[in-house]
Amino acid sequence: MYGIVGYGSYLPRYRIKVEDIAKQWGADANALKRGLLLYEKTVPGLDEDTITISVEAARSALQRAKIDPQKIGAVYIGSESHPYAVKPSGTILIDALGIGPHVHVASYEFACKAGSEAMYVAYSLVKAGEMDYALGIGADTSQGAPGDALEYSASAGGAAFIMGKEKVVAEILFTHSYTSDTPDFWRREHEFYPRHAGRFTGEPAYFKHIYNSGKSLLEKSGMIPSDFQFAVFHMPNGKFPQEVGKKLGFTKEQMEVGWIVPWMGNTYSGSSPTGLAAILDVAKPGDKIFMVSFGSGAGSDGFIFQVTDEIEKVRNLAPKLRDMLDNDKIYLDYGQYAKFRKKIILNE
Amino acid sequence: MRDVAVVGVGITKFGELWKDSFRDIFVEASLKAIENSGVDHIDSMYIGTMSSGLFVGQEHVGAVMADYLGVAPIPATRVESACASGGAAFRSAFFEVASGHSDIVLAGGVEKMTDGADVTEALATAADQEYEVYHGITFPGLYAMIARSYMHDYKTTREQLAAVAVKNHKNGSMNPNAQFRSPITLEQVMKSTMVANPLRLLDCSPVSDGGAAVILASLDVAKKLKRPFIKIKASSQSSDTIALHSRESLTSLKCVSVAAEKVFKQAKLKPKDISFAEVHDCFTIAEVVVTEDLGFFEKGKGGEAAEKGMTAIDGKIPINTSGGLKSKGHPVGATGIAQIIECYEQLTGQSGERQVKKAKYGLAQNMGGSGASCIIHILEAV
Repeated sequence: MYGIVGYGSYLPRYRIKVEDIAKQWGADANALKRGLLLYEKTVPGLDEDTITISVEAARSALQRAKIDPQKIGAVYIGSESHPYAVKPSGTILIDALGIGPHVHVASYEFACKAGSEAMYVAYSLVKAGEMDYALGIGADTSQGAPGDALEYSASAGGAAFIMGKEKVVAEILFTHSYTSDTPDFWRREHEFYPRHAGRFTGEPAYFKHIYNSGKSLLEKSGMIPSDFQFAVFHMPNGKFPQEVGKKLGFTKEQMEVGWIVPWMGNTYSGSSPTGLAAILDVAKPGDKIFMVSFGSGAGSDGFIFQVTDEIEKVRNLAPKLRDMLDNDKIYLDYGQYAKFRKKIILNE
Repeated sequence: MRDVAVVGVGITKFGELWKDSFRDIFVEASLKAIENSGVDHIDSMYIGTMSSGLFVGQEHVGAVMADYLGVAPIPATRVESACASGGAAFRSAFFEVASGHSDIVLAGGVEKMTDGADVTEALATAADQEYEVYHGITFPGLYAMIARSYMHDYKTTREQLAAVAVKNHKNGSMNPNAQFRSPITLEQVMKSTMVANPLRLLDCSPVSDGGAAVILASLDVAKKLKRPFIKIKASSQSSDTIALHSRESLTSLKCVSVAAEKVFKQAKLKPKDISFAEVHDCFTIAEVVVTEDLGFFEKGKGGEAAEKGMTAIDGKIPINTSGGLKSKGHPVGATGIAQIIECYEQLTGQSGERQVKKAKYGLAQNMGGSGASCIIHILEAV
């Protein structure tokens, strides 16, 4: 049996409300909330970045897996906001968590699906027998240009998954990826913020890739939507995942637990992985989970998980996603937010 | 000048045509029109497109389209009059056939607006760059000023403006090529996002990709083709000040009333003789003002007319049976030609659910900018 042996998630405590961003730009907050089903988003603290978020999530994953960090043979961090253009994020993480140095480390990038990519490769290496454990992480302090539609959603958070073959808490039954050259969202070198092609990011990008990945995954597994207790899809806003889930045949009830975006925002590479973590926090042994990520450019990775009896033993060993989402929040106004996100440029 | 007929039409779906390029869209519409008409060649063509340079970086549109349609070396000319580019292309083709210079001419219109350009900025180039755009105004803002002034002078209500959008969406729901085929309610319009007070999102025509083409031919050619055709009864064009603030009135579009007077005189008809009209409803207020300036309603009564259903398909004068720019979509250069196509389908009895009964004369009014240019045609069933 191959799959997740330990998982963890992390969200910063800071939040900004849609109203505060809308007020800054003279936008209609109610229309945005209605249209995007977004209410507030997480904001990374001044001393937080993709690496610190990854460390926090991976620490929780280690606590749940209860394994010797030295046994981890690979560490992959997927993000579109790696703090360094040249220097791997994972090297700092292994040093902080006592992993390695006999370990394979890489940074992944594929817009919002870099996290599921890290999970897929980590799982594949363990399944191939190359190592006992591998760690796959999706984390981001995602960026939206001031005044752009993305500023209402781009948030911070992440989730980490240790893949292994013993004491598996969620077995991976099937996977399926779907990828094409679709330029819906990108950031070129030397640009501060990503650019996107408006509604082109919807139908021909998000919907096409998730739908095709999801449909093929169902066909491959011979399962139907009603076989699943939970479903989670990449969450660029509140509306898209509900639409694509419905199109694939899933109900609102199946998607409810993983649908954390209205109060979290889009954690990019951490989006569907944090949704998965929220599901694992409550899932019962035997439950099946359907997950499809999406990354612009564009591609989707689909997974089918089945939760095992082990889940009951590990879920209370580390912080849960919903607790981090609902409690101890510190609200920022736009000025503080601009400072936190380093949008205020100072002289040297 | 000899009589000229419209002998065939072709149109693409309007909307976000992600898979089709600027040239693909034009070629699709043109091939449909050529096939629909049954002609074995075209002598020349005119293409209306407002701002292909800003939208997709392509100028020299006549040559591009002749090349990709496979009709080179025939003469092919791009015609531009902002949102009235399609109407202007049609008028140019009409003159070429009427003069006897050519027998069969294609008039098309096309716009590809969703390829990533700043659409509002590109469209604003149809206003006065030095005295309007420089100060930050865009088209929703200009039409909002017309609406405010109009509502002040004539006590027209917000609901009456919304009635225009509701009616056009209802018509568009019956048009298979329309961008938005969903009926909307008065409440939805009133609650939609504010764009430029008092105009809300559902008062505004959308950003669209789309193409339309028609084949014009001499009456002799038309008769030989043995397919449904209509006659071009009259054609007029006018211009006005480019800037809204230079006009005598904000609540009347002089370009429309001037062109209307000319076209009715030429056709020897009166507004009451018209069976239905396609008008340039880039914003709901535009339809209200235009229907008055065309002479269908008294000044100040256009909103009330829409509210009372007088402009519905079964009303006194059906307006925008196609769904108009609001619901059918507004790929700028294609709009004027799409209006002619609606007239062709209505006058040849091919409009299905939205067919106007006993349609004899159709009027198509195409307008550029905030009313700095206007082109009107009257088409006749044969």
